[in-house]
Amino acid sequence: MDEKDLEILRILEENCRHTTNEIATMTNLGTGEVAERIQALEEGQIIKRYSTVINWERAGNGEVSAIIELKVSPERDFGYDRIAERLSRFRQVKTLRLITGTYDLQLIVTGKNMQEVSRFVSEHVAPMDRIRETATHIIMKSYKENGNTLFEQPETERLPYSP
Amino acid sequence: MRNFVSERAKEIPPSGIRKFFDLVLTMEDVISLGVGEPDFNTPWNICESSIYSIEQGTTSYTSNKGLQSLRDALSVYLARQYNLQYSGDHEIIITSGVSEGLDIAIRSIVDPGDEVLIAQPSYVSYAPCVTLAGGKPVPVLCTEKDHFKLNPDRLAEKITGKSKALIINFPNNPTGGVMSMTDLKAIADLVIDHDLLLISDEVYSELTYETRHCAAATVSDLWQRTITLNGFSKAYAMTGWRIGYLCAPKDLCDAALKIHQYVMLCAPVMGQVGALEALRSAEEDKNSMVNEYRLRRNMFVAGLNRIGLECHVPEGAFYAFPSVKKTGLSDVEFAEQLLKDQRVAVVPGSVFGLGGEDHLRCAYAVSRKELNTALSRIEAFISSL
Repeated sequence: MDEKDLEILRILEENCRHTTNEIATMTNLGTGEVAERIQALEEGQIIKRYSTVINWERAGNGEVSAIIELKVSPERDFGYDRIAERLSRFRQVKTLRLITGTYDLQLIVTGKNMQEVSRFVSEHVAPMDRIRETATHIIMKSYKENGNTLFEQPETERLPYSP
Repeated sequence: MRNFVSERAKEIPPSGIRKFFDLVLTMEDVISLGVGEPDFNTPWNICESSIYSIEQGTTSYTSNKGLQSLRDALSVYLARQYNLQYSGDHEIIITSGVSEGLDIAIRSIVDPGDEVLIAQPSYVSYAPCVTLAGGKPVPVLCTEKDHFKLNPDRLAEKITGKSKALIINFPNNPTGGVMSMTDLKAIADLVIDHDLLLISDEVYSELTYETRHCAAATVSDLWQRTITLNGFSKAYAMTGWRIGYLCAPKDLCDAALKIHQYVMLCAPVMGQVGALEALRSAEEDKNSMVNEYRLRRNMFVAGLNRIGLECHVPEGAFYAFPSVKKTGLSDVEFAEQLLKDQRVAVVPGSVFGLGGEDHLRCAYAVSRKELNTALSRIEAFISSL
């Protein structure tokens, strides 16, 4: 990893549809070198995958997401890792983090509707060994996801010419 | 009725982009590469601190020089960033943009008949400000061959017994040219030998892409004869806030302050509060904007050269300055026809004085997507010629 790799990552993070050629021009590297670097980043699992930021609310598929917080008793030798790995295998769990504070694990869970989310929590998550307490927060509206604002911002007026 | 307009006001030429302005207002779907300002919004922490200060009732005049806290913060910032030494107590004035700083700098040093050398192509206000102060603007050409740097031989040719000052602007609007320490040293010798004052507009100092900016006042013995102008507009995307600053040795600063207190009293306090926050917490925002400009520059300049508009690589600011000579059109013709045919707005180089003819100023402070569309449109225009 060097400065050029970081630059490529920043470009791709902003827009992964840039072509190798475009990235080469922007970074002053050869096209071949950019392709090699991207391949290395993919193989090193630094680039996990190329995904799209979608405003699902606007797409109107009616999915519901919830933030679930869990109090967990850690295991000897493994701490939180084994239970976290088990939880993360569920398709419904989109994000899973170990956090400080009152709760230990924080999940973001997505389902077709509120019933599906609550059923998932009560049937699959809460009964697991070592989980002592759960707190479920249904997400009502998302204003910003991963650095992307999801609400309409008025276009600022700019002069067409200024010296 | 008499014609009330003063001879000096008559002497100033009308703006070279007025007719483009009128034309563009009648059109839709125009991509404008004509604006000399960042396309980013002001970083929110800056806005937030200014809003908060208004809520707290910080809405009165400040001292003429500007908020002491802002001047002190600038003093620290300039020393850290450029090794520039100015005291926040006596050597810094907060101005309403660099535009005001330039005006009061010129008015505080120019007497009627004084000649003021101006490295051109240059920002459009330098010569009119000199004229308004009763001085005579004397352009000095910076050529593409010299990478739009100020060449000492060309400067020497224009120096006369009446020369009082030299105005430079590096990184340069409109060419993107920069001057290194070595380049500036060659100029410094002439400035000192001929006992000139230097006005250095460094508003693009944060926007350099290959090397760090070299502040003119740090070169040789220039400090005592230099007025440094800078501001927040370009680095922090704060054009509408109108906050600049003038730095100079105390005697020069005092003279400029006398004019500033009568024409401006002080720069707007909300802007000053925002500027202070910019220095405190917007370093990261600034860096990511500069990074983005670098990528766009590489992409856009390569694109211009690919489609047949020769363009040197600008090392600073956010302007590309390609030549249209090969197309057989003048810069004004090219800019006008391009706007009408392909709806891309650029500024003809001749607006920026000597050396600007046959060039276009294209600001790449627009999104990558728009830059790509603009390139396709310019390419279509060139192949239609």
